[in-house]
Amino acid sequence: MHARAAVAAPGAAAPAGAPRPVFEIEGLSIDYTTELGVLPAVRDVTLSVHEHESFGLVGESGSGKSTLAMGAIRYLAQNGRVTEGSVRLGGVELLGLPAKDLRALWGSSIGVVYQNPLSALNPSIVIGKQLAEVARRRLGMNKAAAFERVVEMLTKVAMPDPAAVMRRYPHQLSGGMLQRCVIAMALMTDPALLIMDEPTTALDVTTQAVVLDLVADLKRELDSAILYITHDLGVITRICDRVGVMYAGELMEQAALYELFKRPLHPYTLDLLGCVPHFDPTPQKRSLVTIPGSIPRLDELPPGCTFAPRCTYVKDVCMTARPPLVAVAAGHLSACRRWQAVPTPVEHLRSATEAVRAAEAAGARPDVLIDARGTQVHFQTAAGLLSGRKGRTIRAVDGVDLDVCVGQTLGVVGESGSGKTTVARAIIGLTPATGGKITLRGKPLPPSTAARPRATLKDIQMVFQNPDASLNPTRSVGDAISRPLVLLGGLGRQAAAGRARELLTAVSLPVSYFDRLPHELSGGEKQRVAIARAFAAEPGLILCDEPISSLDVSVQGSLMNLLMKLQVEKSTSYVFISHDLSAVQHLSDAIAVVYLGRVMEVGDATKVLTPPFHPYTEALLSAVPLADPDAKQKPIRLGGSAPSAMDVPPGCRFHPRCPRRLGDICRQQEPPWREGEGDHRVYCHIPLEELARLQAETLVLDAEGSA
Amino acid sequence: MARFIVRRLGFMVMTVVLASIIIFWATTVLPGDLASQILGRFATPQAKDDLRRELGLDKPVVVQYGRWLGDYVQGDWGESASTSTAVRPIVFERLSNSLMLAAVAFVMYVPLGILLGLVAALKKNTWIDQTISVGSLAFIGLPEFVSGLILISIFAIELKWLPSQSAIAPDSTFVQALPYLILPAITVALTSLAYVVRMTRSSTVDVLQMDYVRTADLKGLSPSRVLFTHVLRNSLLPTITVVAIGIGWLIGGLIVTEAVYGYPGIGRLLLFAIQRRDLQLIQATALLIVLIYVVANLVADILYAVLNPRIRYQ
Repeated sequence: MHARAAVAAPGAAAPAGAPRPVFEIEGLSIDYTTELGVLPAVRDVTLSVHEHESFGLVGESGSGKSTLAMGAIRYLAQNGRVTEGSVRLGGVELLGLPAKDLRALWGSSIGVVYQNPLSALNPSIVIGKQLAEVARRRLGMNKAAAFERVVEMLTKVAMPDPAAVMRRYPHQLSGGMLQRCVIAMALMTDPALLIMDEPTTALDVTTQAVVLDLVADLKRELDSAILYITHDLGVITRICDRVGVMYAGELMEQAALYELFKRPLHPYTLDLLGCVPHFDPTPQKRSLVTIPGSIPRLDELPPGCTFAPRCTYVKDVCMTARPPLVAVAAGHLSACRRWQAVPTPVEHLRSATEAVRAAEAAGARPDVLIDARGTQVHFQTAAGLLSGRKGRTIRAVDGVDLDVCVGQTLGVVGESGSGKTTVARAIIGLTPATGGKITLRGKPLPPSTAARPRATLKDIQMVFQNPDASLNPTRSVGDAISRPLVLLGGLGRQAAAGRARELLTAVSLPVSYFDRLPHELSGGEKQRVAIARAFAAEPGLILCDEPISSLDVSVQGSLMNLLMKLQVEKSTSYVFISHDLSAVQHLSDAIAVVYLGRVMEVGDATKVLTPPFHPYTEALLSAVPLADPDAKQKPIRLGGSAPSAMDVPPGCRFHPRCPRRLGDICRQQEPPWREGEGDHRVYCHIPLEELARLQAETLVLDAEGSA
Repeated sequence: MARFIVRRLGFMVMTVVLASIIIFWATTVLPGDLASQILGRFATPQAKDDLRRELGLDKPVVVQYGRWLGDYVQGDWGESASTSTAVRPIVFERLSNSLMLAAVAFVMYVPLGILLGLVAALKKNTWIDQTISVGSLAFIGLPEFVSGLILISIFAIELKWLPSQSAIAPDSTFVQALPYLILPAITVALTSLAYVVRMTRSSTVDVLQMDYVRTADLKGLSPSRVLFTHVLRNSLLPTITVVAIGIGWLIGGLIVTEAVYGYPGIGRLLLFAIQRRDLQLIQATALLIVLIYVVANLVADILYAVLNPRIRYQ
């Protein structure tokens, strides 16, 4: 770690000797012509990427990071236009290059990896043909040579059985495999520049870790300069050497990775880092930094510094003219006039956040609100009418035990397809459980909502992942919040409207939003409305199904603050479902880790996230990219993807992917529940003491390895 | 894939059986049965009863249906009451005429429709796109008897290039028949063109926005290669389905056009049979038309599966 700090000394992002810039963007501005007029989407951006280097472009949605990258290689929508600047690739000016020469550069000197590999590949052409197309068209190879080249590239991206993969269609491969194919395709011609646009955002956290490892390995091997675009500050730390932070179309700060995280010199960067929950499995929690307001619309940019209206350290000088991006230290650029006044992240956190939750007194466990035993949700696939095909059973939730205490949060984590959402839907009754028993405040809960009394319906509410889909687009915000008040709370319409206004205030939305329609609100605002609606019925329990996953980093932070604040005020219980371990550890008192319809580990949040833990928890913790360059994580990776809930493996269902598999016992016998401290329980054949020893061992090894 | 086809064939047989029941039922509930039709209005009840017994019309309806379907499958389609000749040769001759007309119309509107749809999509929201869209749409709203009469008055009456009536001789070859086919084929093509144009345009517009088209572009492929290997393959899928389903209508559903031109196709035969209450002819023709529709749908399904690996490898 000391070594790393030393490397981060001024200007030392790349090894000694002047690194050769491969891709140089200078003063680039891009406009879009829309119904609102001409929108300056990117303004005066200058940056360069050197060979062997990976430059991270971070920003929230609407910051213009993808527009910048695509505009720089002149791939813009018809209404987009580069208005000024210069872009050079290997010394060749791209702006003004004839279309034919430009196409020759695309796909030979420039490789691109996209966010969603499934949609980036043609659904009706086999993988091999799509990859070979590059070798044949761009490298002029014949069929046989192209085939060889594709096999070679697929081997390079660690694809098992390349020849078989080449005969597959995209829909037949998993997301991780597809992304390897796209990476192989992008690298086919040894491009000078590799643009990676959110390449792991669409992938599961375990798959993401494997793909990130692959990119990090390739980076060492290749000469290419990498422009890595992402909104995820954690991912940046795994891949990038230098980072540029974009905000509303401008580059705000640019520095070496370590320096940017440890000593940011722009208030926006500082805020952004503070929005992400720090991974710290202790019960003491502080709120997250919130950035007031929202990204300005491109047709209403403020006259001075673009960030000034939301900045904590703003002064009059910021309001008049746009500050230039200037060097504030060697290799460190900031577009803040008052960079000298920017505090360190630690000071900023201390002043901008507050302690929100004291440690629970030991032993004083609150009452149990929801108690689910052996919850089971099985679906039957339709049997064929003529083919005689039998219906199969999908074991989405397959014997889950959970309890939620009054006023507490149970975090539920797991990969997609683990059944975590289905458990929540079984609790609220949207997907009736097919087995097991759930009680609410000690009383049995009928599986389907139809059989539940109104008081019970009122007691359990849900916030969904996508507020666009969960809010009726034709109903006003006030209507949406009033409805449960009338239907479940028994209020009159007048009283309901008054109460709805109070709720709007409670979720920090202006009362004037009462008459607005959902499409007039931003994503974060819509989710606030959904939260207000959930609280309207004054429920004992709110099920939050990935409520922040589709939102921007800064919006995520403020919503987590809101959820915590409301919980303290109303002592509501939450079930917080997420694939984001940082968010879950930040919000939860207890955590359940689910895999393929079954709980693998459950208990107090601090116990679950510290060793000894279940091998699956361990793998998840190793996989999640943390927004801290100092974070020490184990190199444990899960191979493949989770099996289908139609084919649950025998024995321990995690055994086919378990890095700590013992042998036949895991393949043949269901593991026992190992009881740890308090209510900590682990579903594993390995005794807890043994797990503790094994997991301590790797930690030591890591420390030695990095020393 | 084999399983897919077998399953589709199964559905097809079920559809045809169901349709045959409906056709048979409809013709039996019509007032006046075969016996009264053959013997005429003034026959004695006794004579009718005798004939009914002879024809098996006194048997339960189910038995009658079974016999009729059995005969139909074996190729015995009965005798037409109005022409007193075997039904099958009449129907087949008309079918071959209909096939010729369908083929000529198909060759006219499908390639043109796809081409216009593509051009409209590539030039989206320009005057070219709008001209194509509005132009093709205009003909959808125009009934065949209007467009047909306009065509006749221009090309047959004013210019005298082509015959106005299409009564082609029973044993003429395709080449001999061709001049008679052109005007009716244009009439049919005009009404169908807009469907193909609109379907091709909208699916191409969708596909052009797909991520994989961006991928193809950024592979540095030439614009024509992007269009032909990456766009068309996906964007023509819905068009092909619509066109294949349309074949049924093209052969069996052109009653109005055939009437306007006096064209001896199967649609006009059905009309003739209904006007004459010729039950045997109605049943035979209607069931054949059902078969044509069902086969067209089967072809559409199979084509779609062949071209779309997501269906093929379910």
